[in-house]
Amino acid sequence: MPLAEIDHAFKRKPAFMPYFPVGYPTLADSLDALEALGKSGADLIEVGIPFSDPLADGPVIQEATQTALRNSVTLRHVLDSVAELRRRGVAVPLVLMGYYNPIYQFGLEAFSRAAAAAGADGLIVPDLPVEESAELEAALAGGLPCIRMLAPTTAAERARKICADARGFLYLVSVTGVTGVREKVSADLPGFITRVRVAAPKGLPLCVGFGISTPAQAAEVGRIADGVIVGTACVRAIASAQDPKRAAAEFAGAFRKALDGG
Amino acid sequence: MTTLSTKFGPYGGQYVPETLMPALEQLEAEFVRARADRAFQTRLNGLLVDYAGRPTPITCAERLSAHLGGARIYLKREDLAHTGAHKINNALGQALLAQRMGKRRIIAETGAGQHGVASATVAALLGFECVVYMGEVDMARQEPNVFRMRLLGAEVRPVASGSRTLKDAINEAIRDWVTHVDSTHYLLGSALGPHPYPTIVREFQKVIGREAHMQIMAKTGRLPDAAVACVGGGSNAIGLFSGFVDEPEVKLIGVEAGGEGIASGKHAARFADPARGRLGVLHGTRTFVLQTPDGQIAETHSVSAGLDYAAVGPEHAQLRELGRAEYTVATDAEALQAFSLLSHLEGIIPALESAHAVAEAIRRAPKMKKDQILLVCLSGRGDKDLDTVNKYLS
Repeated sequence: MPLAEIDHAFKRKPAFMPYFPVGYPTLADSLDALEALGKSGADLIEVGIPFSDPLADGPVIQEATQTALRNSVTLRHVLDSVAELRRRGVAVPLVLMGYYNPIYQFGLEAFSRAAAAAGADGLIVPDLPVEESAELEAALAGGLPCIRMLAPTTAAERARKICADARGFLYLVSVTGVTGVREKVSADLPGFITRVRVAAPKGLPLCVGFGISTPAQAAEVGRIADGVIVGTACVRAIASAQDPKRAAAEFAGAFRKALDGG
Repeated sequence: MTTLSTKFGPYGGQYVPETLMPALEQLEAEFVRARADRAFQTRLNGLLVDYAGRPTPITCAERLSAHLGGARIYLKREDLAHTGAHKINNALGQALLAQRMGKRRIIAETGAGQHGVASATVAALLGFECVVYMGEVDMARQEPNVFRMRLLGAEVRPVASGSRTLKDAINEAIRDWVTHVDSTHYLLGSALGPHPYPTIVREFQKVIGREAHMQIMAKTGRLPDAAVACVGGGSNAIGLFSGFVDEPEVKLIGVEAGGEGIASGKHAARFADPARGRLGVLHGTRTFVLQTPDGQIAETHSVSAGLDYAAVGPEHAQLRELGRAEYTVATDAEALQAFSLLSHLEGIIPALESAHAVAEAIRRAPKMKKDQILLVCLSGRGDKDLDTVNKYLS
């Protein structure tokens, strides 16, 4: 079987997977930043869809996505941005990440078609646990994978249920909490990864996100995971920069270097 | 293992981050065990009687009825429950569940402050640490309740994000819960949020309808023709309705906050504004939600903080779809008028939330016959609203 697009992210392990929302600080700047991430070391990009009530996010991503909404960015703009990134030659997998309601209002089948047509490779919906995902999975119809999440609170039996027909990769939430910088990597992370490895289909990559903010932390996590997801630190680095494009390139470069053991 | 249905027809569900799913499963399992446990029921009933002052009476509003010249109006007096609103019923029930689960800390959201006060009260009673999230706008307009919560030993955390009202307080409470889920119980105050909350809250508020059913039969020898309650999330309404839902001759009427009128766009009427009130997902549940065409949650308005919320409890969506309950709207102006009228004619100052239900009674009673009965849930007392009413009336 040929590799699905999303699998290309894991040709190089550990994969570096930054998150950045469309529309922040402006629509144009976010496109430049996403392009730079994709061409300077990211192996996959999580493209954020803004939502008015991001209940799994800490203050930095809340502020960024609220700014995007003030800039009138909608899901339609996010899909157009994915298409634009493809036109600009960004080749790495692009995974849309956003809360359920805007996707639900767009229409699940319309979304499935539009996301694939735009050139997206997957989808992450943080407020859609496996119990509620059937409707969306049906609309995606085996096309784009809807990435499943596991948390430190997920017990073994539940982990097996979540992993059973998971596709793309598994998203391990490293801490109980919202997105945001943490000083240290959780001491429970190795045990958590081991638990999920037992439950997961063989070969399905395990990627860790939430709380990872420095290249050194990323390298530490990268020794035991297949991919490292960095959101808040990425938003922060680009937010405070004069030149978002350059800041994004430098940010991706630094993390890539750390993950490569340098 | 799930033992209760997670949905009400197409409404409800559990749209929450994975981190919280095990806590919801634990809560459901504990609730199912507690419900079957006679010791738990005895303890809860004991507290409802000896601490909260139940049963609350029903009062025949004779002068109001005579003034309107139609149906006889009876008031279910939840304003007389300890802390001044029906919220204490659910707070006591959930706090006992939290105790059974070994949680040490309780968090809550609050709009009008009544649920925050009830949560702070049960936390003081049972020795929990308590944090209440409240939007800054609501803190300003319900200041007496902020002071009450602090007196009771709770920490009130202001929420400055979004519209700085109930919706944002719930976001912050959920963020806290995700972070401290092992030690903390989220004492959700209305019949909304992810399963099992809408079911648990209904079960703990059923006492309103159960008592009202017995009381109205004892006083009048018959069932009411209609039962009316205000609907924010909808916990007092679902509690009242559950006492009569199996009596098809009793009309069930929920009253949403019409704010400055539906046409103004400044309201919290999820059912009455088909342009913006559409099926959607907010705070873990699928229900009618006021939102923009691209699915951003709309900002709402009501003179009453407790009704100022973009989503309605999922069971109300189902009762409406089934045609078992109907939902109407009272504007700010109508609620304020009802607030004054009830105060003048009956010597009862209602909460602005409850005044919406009274406003519906004022509209409906004159069109009914003198031998008909209208039962209104007076969900809370209005002391907390005096500043707001003063501002509007001057």
